[in-house]
Amino acid sequence: MANASHAALAGTEEEPRFYVAEEEGHAEGGTLLGFWIYLMSDCLIFAVLFACYGVYGRSFAAGPTPADLFDLRLIAFATAMLLFSSITYGFAMLEMERKRKGATLLWLAVTGLFGLAFLGVELYEFNHLIHEGAGPQRSAFLSSFFALVGTHGLHVTFGVIWLVVLMIQVAQRGLVADNRRRLMCLSMFWHFLDVIWIGVFSYVYLLGVLQ
Amino acid sequence: MFGNTDLQQLVFGRLTLDAIPLHDPILLVTFVVVALGGGALLAAITYFRLWGYLWTEWFTSVDHKKIGIMYIVLALIMLMRGFADALMMRAQQAMAFGANEGYLPPHHYDQIFTAHGVIMIFFVAMPFVTGLMNFVVPLQIGARDVSFPFLNNFSFWMTAAGAVMVMMSLFVGEFARTGWLAFPPLSGPAYSPGVGVDYYIWALQIAGVGTLLSGINLVVTIVKMRAPGMSMMKMPVFTWTSLCTNVLIVAAFPVLTAVLTLLMLDRYVGTNFFSNDLGGNPMMYVNLIWIWGHPEVYILILPAFGVFSEVVSTFSGKRLFGYASMVYATVVITILSYLVWLHHFFTMGSGASVNSFFGITTMIISIPTGAKIFNWLFTMYRGRVRFEVPMLWTVGFMFTFTIGGMTGVLLAVPPADFVLHNSLFLVAHFHNVIIGGVLFGMFAGTVYWFPKAFGFKLDPFWGKVSFWFWLTGFWFAFAPLYVLGLMGVTRRVQHFEDPSLQIWFVIAAFGAVLVLCGILAFLASIVVAFMKREELKDVTGDPWNGRTLEWATASPPPAYNFAFSPIVHDNDAFSDMKKRGYKRPLEGFRAIHMPKNTGAGVILAALSVICGFAMIWYIWWLAALSFVAIIGYTIAHSFNYDRDFHIPVEDVVAEEDRRTRALMATGA
Amino acid sequence: MAVLRRTRLRALAMLPLLALMGGCNLVVMNPSGDVAAQQSDLIVVSTLLMLIIIVPVIAATFWFAYRYRASNAQAKYDPDWHHSTGLEVLIWTAPLMIIIALGAVTWISTHLLDPYRPLGRIAPGQPVTPETQTLKVEVVALDWKWMFFYPDYGIATINELAAPVDMPIEFKLTSAAQMTAFYVPALAGMIYTMPGMETTLHAVINEDGVYDGLASHYNGPGFSRMRFKFHGLDQAGFDGWVQKVKAQGEPLTRESYLEVEKPSEGNPPRYFNLVEPGLYQAILGMCVEPGKMCMQEMMAIDAQGGVAENHEANRERLVHDRTGSHEGFGYGSNYGGGGHGGSEAPGATTPASGRESRSEEQPEGMTPDENGPAPAPGENIQDGHAGHGAEGTAPGAPGAPPPAESGSAAPAQLNQQ
Repeated sequence: MANASHAALAGTEEEPRFYVAEEEGHAEGGTLLGFWIYLMSDCLIFAVLFACYGVYGRSFAAGPTPADLFDLRLIAFATAMLLFSSITYGFAMLEMERKRKGATLLWLAVTGLFGLAFLGVELYEFNHLIHEGAGPQRSAFLSSFFALVGTHGLHVTFGVIWLVVLMIQVAQRGLVADNRRRLMCLSMFWHFLDVIWIGVFSYVYLLGVLQ
Repeated sequence: MFGNTDLQQLVFGRLTLDAIPLHDPILLVTFVVVALGGGALLAAITYFRLWGYLWTEWFTSVDHKKIGIMYIVLALIMLMRGFADALMMRAQQAMAFGANEGYLPPHHYDQIFTAHGVIMIFFVAMPFVTGLMNFVVPLQIGARDVSFPFLNNFSFWMTAAGAVMVMMSLFVGEFARTGWLAFPPLSGPAYSPGVGVDYYIWALQIAGVGTLLSGINLVVTIVKMRAPGMSMMKMPVFTWTSLCTNVLIVAAFPVLTAVLTLLMLDRYVGTNFFSNDLGGNPMMYVNLIWIWGHPEVYILILPAFGVFSEVVSTFSGKRLFGYASMVYATVVITILSYLVWLHHFFTMGSGASVNSFFGITTMIISIPTGAKIFNWLFTMYRGRVRFEVPMLWTVGFMFTFTIGGMTGVLLAVPPADFVLHNSLFLVAHFHNVIIGGVLFGMFAGTVYWFPKAFGFKLDPFWGKVSFWFWLTGFWFAFAPLYVLGLMGVTRRVQHFEDPSLQIWFVIAAFGAVLVLCGILAFLASIVVAFMKREELKDVTGDPWNGRTLEWATASPPPAYNFAFSPIVHDNDAFSDMKKRGYKRPLEGFRAIHMPKNTGAGVILAALSVICGFAMIWYIWWLAALSFVAIIGYTIAHSFNYDRDFHIPVEDVVAEEDRRTRALMATGA
Repeated sequence: MAVLRRTRLRALAMLPLLALMGGCNLVVMNPSGDVAAQQSDLIVVSTLLMLIIIVPVIAATFWFAYRYRASNAQAKYDPDWHHSTGLEVLIWTAPLMIIIALGAVTWISTHLLDPYRPLGRIAPGQPVTPETQTLKVEVVALDWKWMFFYPDYGIATINELAAPVDMPIEFKLTSAAQMTAFYVPALAGMIYTMPGMETTLHAVINEDGVYDGLASHYNGPGFSRMRFKFHGLDQAGFDGWVQKVKAQGEPLTRESYLEVEKPSEGNPPRYFNLVEPGLYQAILGMCVEPGKMCMQEMMAIDAQGGVAENHEANRERLVHDRTGSHEGFGYGSNYGGGGHGGSEAPGATTPASGRESRSEEQPEGMTPDENGPAPAPGENIQDGHAGHGAEGTAPGAPGAPPPAESGSAAPAQLNQQ
C-alpha cells in the first residue's frame, strides 16, 4: 500500500490517480495491534490494583502483616512454575514457526500444566489464609492483596481455558493462519501475565516480607 | 407467596413481588406509558413483518454504518428518558418550597438525579459520540469497515444491554440513590443495602465492556486502515479527534472497570476498600473514579470539536485554518486530561500546593482549547459562510461553550472553587459545556451526516426551530442556576426553605420546557424529512459541497463503502479530488471481501443482561448458569472459522451502475 | 489585596448583575466573613482576567459570522487561506498570557486562602496578633444534622453555631457516618467532613447576623434538611449565648451521644452542657461505642507491625458500618416505593459477604512479630471495655496517641502517599 501511494504521489504532475485499481478487497485489520492495545488497557486495571495495594498495603487493621502471612518458599515455587510456563510457551511458538503441529501441541500442554500448578499453589495459599482468619474481609491490606493476586489468578485461569480451546482448534484444523494468529495473541497474553506476576512477586511478596 | 422462604430465596434470591413498584403512582403511570408504547412498537413491527428484516439487516449487522446508526438511535431513545428525569427534577425544585414538599419524596428524587446523570453521560452522550465515530471514521479514512467488525456489533449490544439494565431498574426494584458517581460510603453495603447501586454497577460494567472494545477497535482502524496516501497529518480533523478520544477510552475505562469492581467486592464479598472499617478509605474511590471521570469529559468533547472543525470548514467553503495547531491542540488536551482529576475535589483539603498544581494544570487545558476556538474563528474569516443548520449549531456552540469554558477556568481556581463547588454554579457550568459543547456538536454532526446515512437531508425548517429552542431553552434553564450558585444554593437538594429562590427555579423550569420543544422539533425534523424525502433527496452523495472522503461515495453508501480504495494526496482529500477533476471510475470492478453478519453479539449481550440481573437479585444459580453460558457460547463462537465472504462482482457492478444512472438523471 | 481595589472591582462586576437582579441576595459575592470576601474577590479578578479574551472572541464570532455570510458578496473570499504563522503565534500566546497571570493569582491565593492556614488577618488592615484569641470549634457531621463542640467551654450544640464577630475561628471537622461538606456561604468556603478523618478550616465573621449553614455534599435522604443557622454575635452576645447553652443544655455522655447520633432529619437546635471529655476525639476515632478500637490506636498498632496472632477480636472492634442501624431512614428501604423500609432481612443484604464466623483454628507456621510492642490482644479487649464510661481511660482520651496531629488520617495523607 505504501508503494502504491508513493507511485501515486510521484504521478501528481500529470494524471493523479485517485483510487487503487488493483487491490484485493478488505484490508487486514491488525489483530495483533488490537490485542496489544487490549493488553495495555488490562495493564491499567492492574495499575489500579497495584495503586490500591500501595495505599492500603500498610493498613493491617490491627491484624496480620505480610511478614506474618506469606511463605516466600511457596511463592517462589509458584513463580518458578509461571516462569517455566512462559519458556515452554516460547518453545511452542518456535515449533509453530517450524509448522510442527504435534510438537506445538505438546509444548502447549506442558505450558498448561505449569499454569495449573501455579493456580494450584495460589488456591492453596488463599485457602490457607482464609482459614487463618486472614481473608479478604480482615483488613484493607488483605482486601487489596486478594484483589490484586486474585485478579492475576483469574487471568491465568482464563488463559488456561483459552489454551485448552486453542489446543483443540489446532488439533482439528492444524496451524492455519487463523490459529497461528490466535496462538500469537495468547502468547502475548501469557507473557503479559508473567510480567505482571514479576511485579506482584517483587512488590507484594518480597517487599512485604522484607519490610 | 411460597410457604418455604428458603426455597423462594434459593430460586428468586432477594427478588419478590414487592420489587415491582405498584404502590408508586408516578412509576406506575410511567410503566403503563412505556408498556403501551413499547407494546405498540412491537405490535407494529410484527404487523409489518419487520422482525426478519431488523434481525438480518440491523441487529446482526457488522456494517459500521448500521451500527453507528443504531448507536445514535439508542442515544436518542435514552435522551428521552434522561430528559424526562430532568423535567421531573426541574418541576420538583420549582415547587418544593416551605410547606410544599413537592411531589417527589427524597428517596425518589435521589434516584432521579442519579439516573439522570448516569443516563445522560453513559447512555446518551457516549453512544451518540461512539455512533458518530463509528459511522463517519471508516468513511473518512476511505476504509470499507472497521478493523474488527464483529467486535463492533458486540460493543454496540453490550452498550444497549447496559441501557436495558438501567431501564429495568425503573420497574423492578430501584436505581441507585447516590449521585451519578456513587461515592462510598453512601454506595457501600451499609448505607445502600438495596439493589439500586447494584443496578448501577452492573449496568456500567456491562456497557463498559462495549465502550472499551469499541475504543480499541477504532484506534486500530484509524492506525491500520487509512487509505493509501493518508498520512497522520492528512487525516481529517474529526478522525484525529476520534483517534484521541479512543486512545482516552482505552486508557481511562479500565480504571472505571477496576474501581467499580472494587466497589462490587465491597458490596458482594465484604472487602474493605471503601468502607469506614478496618483500614478502608472512601477517599481512594473518589480519587480513582475521577482519574477516569476527567478524561471521560474529554472523551465526550473531543469528537464534538472534530464535528465543528468539519462543519465550519465545509460551510465556510474554506480549508480549516491552522490544521496543524488543531491537531497539536487535540493531542495536548488528550495528555493533559490525565493531570487534572483532583480539581473535582479541591475541598477534600489536600493542601495548598497540591491544589494549586491541579488548578494550574486545569487552566493550561484552556490554552489549546482557546487555540481551537480561534482556529474555527479564522476559518470563518474570509469565508463564504452558509448558515445551514449544522453551521447554526456551530456558531451557537462557539458562543455558549466559550462562556462555559470561562466558568470552568473559574472553578479551577481552588479558593473560588471552595465557594462554588457542589453549587448550582457548578451544575450550570458542566451543563454549559456538555450541552453547549457535546450535545450541540452531536446535533451538528447528525444534521451534517444524516444525508450521507439515509440519502436525504433533514428538514431545515424544523432543524432551525430545534436549534433556536435549544439555545434559548439552554440559557433560560441554566443562567438562573449560575445565579443560584452565587446565592449559595447547592445541588441535589429536594426541598428549599428560602422562598426568594423560587422565582429562579421557575425560570429554569421554563427553560427546560423550551428545551423540550427543541427536542420535539428535532424529532419533527426527522419525521418531516422522511415524508418529504423525495424533495430533500441527495443524489450526488455530496449535498453540502463537502471536503472529506465520505462525500466521495454514494448517499447512502453501499455496504462496501468504496468500490475502489481512494488514494489521498492532500488534506481535505475529496475537495482536492474535485479541484483536480476526479472522475468516478465506471469499470474494472472486482469482487469485494467483506465480513459476514452474526447474531453472536446479540446473544452474548442478552446473556450478560441475564447474568447481571441475577447478580443484582442474588439469584446465584442463574448467575452461574448464564456466566457459564457466556463462556461456553464464546468458545463455541471461536470454532466458527467461516466469517467472511466476497460480494460478487456482479453485485458491485449493479450497485455502481445504479448510481451512475441516478447521477446522469440529475445531470450531475 | 487593597480594600480600595477590592470594592472598586466588586462594584464594577456587580453593576450589570445588579441591574439584572434587583434585590436578590448573592451571598457568595457579598459575604460577611473576611475569608469568603477574599474568595469572592478572587472570583471577580479571575472573571475580569478571562473576559479580556472571552469578550473579543464572542464579539469576533458574531462579527465574522455576520460579515462573511454567504449572501454578502462584498466580503473578501479566500478559500485557500488556511495558515498564518503570526496569527497562530497570537492565538496560542494570548490565552497563554492570561493563564500565566491567572496561574500566578491561583498559586498565591491558594496558599493564602488555604483552609489549613491560620488566619493572617481578621479584616483588611486588621492583622492577627499574638494576643488575638481564637475560638475553637469541633464539627461533626451526623446523619443528618450538625454537631458543634466548643472544647474551651465544655458545651456542644446541634444545628446551631455561634461565634463572636472578628474573632478567628478554628474549625476541626469530621463526620460520624457519611462524607459530606460543611458550608456557611457568608463565612468561608466549604470543606469536606469525612469519617475517621479530620479536616481544618480557619475563618472569621465580620458582621453580626444570622447566616445559613448547610451540608453541601449529597449524603443520603436527609441531605436537603441538614441545615443550621450560624449566629455572628458581638462578644457580649456570644457570652450570653454560651450561658444560655449551659443553662438550657443537657449533659452529653457517650451513651447520650449514641442516641443523638442515630439518623434523624430536620432537627431543631439542641444544647448540651457538661460534655464528656474526649468525646470528639472518640468520634474522630470512630470508637464512641463501647468496645470499639479507636482509629488512632489501630494506626499505632499498624505502624508497629500489626498483630500476628489472635487478632480476631480486633476485627470486631473495628467494624463500624452497621447494616441494620440506618433502617427506617431511607437507607434500609429497598425499593423506590414509599418507605416500607427494612422489609428485607438484614442478613439477606450481604449473604455473599462471607462474613461467616471464622475458623477457630490456631494459626500455624506464623511467627509473631517480635520487635513490635504491639499490645497483646487480651489487653486490647479489656482496654476497650474499660474505656466505656471510665473517665480518663477512654480510647482517644489522654493516654492514646495524640490523634489530631500525628495519627489521624488527614485526607492530605492520601494524596501525599
